[in-house]
Amino acid sequence: MDFSTFLQQLINGASLGSMYALIAIGYTMVYGVLRLINFAHGDIMMVGAFLTLMGVTAGLPFPLAVLLGIIGTVIVGILTDKIAYKPLREAPKISLLITAIGISFFLENLFNVIFGGIPKAFPAPDYLTKVLHLGEIYLPVTVIIIPVVTVLILGGVLWVLYRTKYGMAIRALAFDIPTVKLMGVDADRIITIVFALGSALAAIGGVFYAISYPSIDPLMGVIVGLKAFAAAVLGGIGSVTGAVIGGFILGFTEIFVVALFPELGGYKDAFAFFFLILVLLFRPTGIMGEDLERSRF
Amino acid sequence: MLEIKNLEVYYGVIAAVRGIDMQIDPHTIVTLIGSNGAGKTSTLNAIVNIVKKRGTVLFEGREISKHPTHRIIQEGISLVPEGRRVFINLTVDENLRMGAFNNDANFERLRNEMYELFPRLSGKKQQLAGTLSGGEQQMLAIARALMSEPKVLMLDEPSLGLAPKIVGEVFEIITELKKRITILLVEQNAFAALKIADKGYVLENGSIALEGPASELLGNDEVRKKYLGG
Repeated sequence: MDFSTFLQQLINGASLGSMYALIAIGYTMVYGVLRLINFAHGDIMMVGAFLTLMGVTAGLPFPLAVLLGIIGTVIVGILTDKIAYKPLREAPKISLLITAIGISFFLENLFNVIFGGIPKAFPAPDYLTKVLHLGEIYLPVTVIIIPVVTVLILGGVLWVLYRTKYGMAIRALAFDIPTVKLMGVDADRIITIVFALGSALAAIGGVFYAISYPSIDPLMGVIVGLKAFAAAVLGGIGSVTGAVIGGFILGFTEIFVVALFPELGGYKDAFAFFFLILVLLFRPTGIMGEDLERSRF
Repeated sequence: MLEIKNLEVYYGVIAAVRGIDMQIDPHTIVTLIGSNGAGKTSTLNAIVNIVKKRGTVLFEGREISKHPTHRIIQEGISLVPEGRRVFINLTVDENLRMGAFNNDANFERLRNEMYELFPRLSGKKQQLAGTLSGGEQQMLAIARALMSEPKVLMLDEPSLGLAPKIVGEVFEIITELKKRITILLVEQNAFAALKIADKGYVLENGSIALEGPASELLGNDEVRKKYLGG
């Protein structure tokens, strides 16, 4: 592999890793506050892609369609919590988990009924799909934009978590819900913020995915969601920084294994789960995790 | 200030509190003493609606029995929970900030007051609360509860697991606070509690066995035998 190919694959890996990272943050934050693996989270990403497509099809300018797509996804994310998870706050965690799987099936089938199961073309605007020639490197604009936007978003999330009052409440909630209530804080409102934030990031990830692989279908969130979940576990579930690290490791691995060993291309989806098994066997707390009982964000 | 009528707490079919009445007057220290499992913590948790309950809680004459926990706190009751429960993953400063979540305007002033009231904390503002000693965590828990400027402060076993010297310091501060606010103190350390309290209730198996001025309870033979070690 020569240097320019290496550079090209590096950027591709960063782009793919960004998508996993954006979705993994939602998994890890919801786990942090509710101790719930929200298996519907991958489908929330699908909802983001479809709602954006609806806007584009209706003739809205692309940025506006994305914005409305994100807002719609945030509403869907908050509703899943209010309708499905909130009544189970005091219930055993396994009930929550089963409910999350139910919500996942519900969303997949709802969108199947509305939009049909046939993959739909996602018409990204030309200024995003244009290919740049930088010396010997050929790169679509999106592949450069995605990691840049992701890093900015991550900075924003960390700023919210560590520099705002509500972020502090999220960190406190991850440790002790009843005591947060004793501070006069409406814990459910903070949980709503977590779902809103996670859903917004998933929607952005969904749009990135739709631009990179220009067709979408109601089951697109299943494999991507599971891989993002693997990324969250790899990084240390409950840790936002860990989710990002895990996402990028997964992205780079997938791209480079296929680039170096093209004959393994058919197995690329397996690497995430291979990592997941290794982590669960040898370091269940992941890269950033130290203490299973405590969440660190 | 705070009035409790026929309060009952059940965990499934097991009764923890069986219909108690309490009356807490403004600017007094009222203590609720009793042995382990008598229902003291359940009583406090029921007042702020952390556990399900039956009965009536009146705060300044208004019924608050059905209000969610965060609203009861906003209305002016603070609880320092059993085992301190400081946010160990947050710094000392951030713990105080959490206490003042709905009191942004007065945060700076109150924080400075707290560091004066608890000088032990003032050198450790940026330290994670999990790294503090037990006594310091107890002081932080009290300071955090005061950050919302409550009218009633409820403390659940503040002496638990602390060295006698630190217990003395904590109780001195509680006495000092009486000038400003009303205090409901739950304690196993009955002697220390009755010494600083104005009024006491003795809880046995979820019912009030005895009540009266703290000085009388201190002299009561039954109380001496059961709770003060003869």
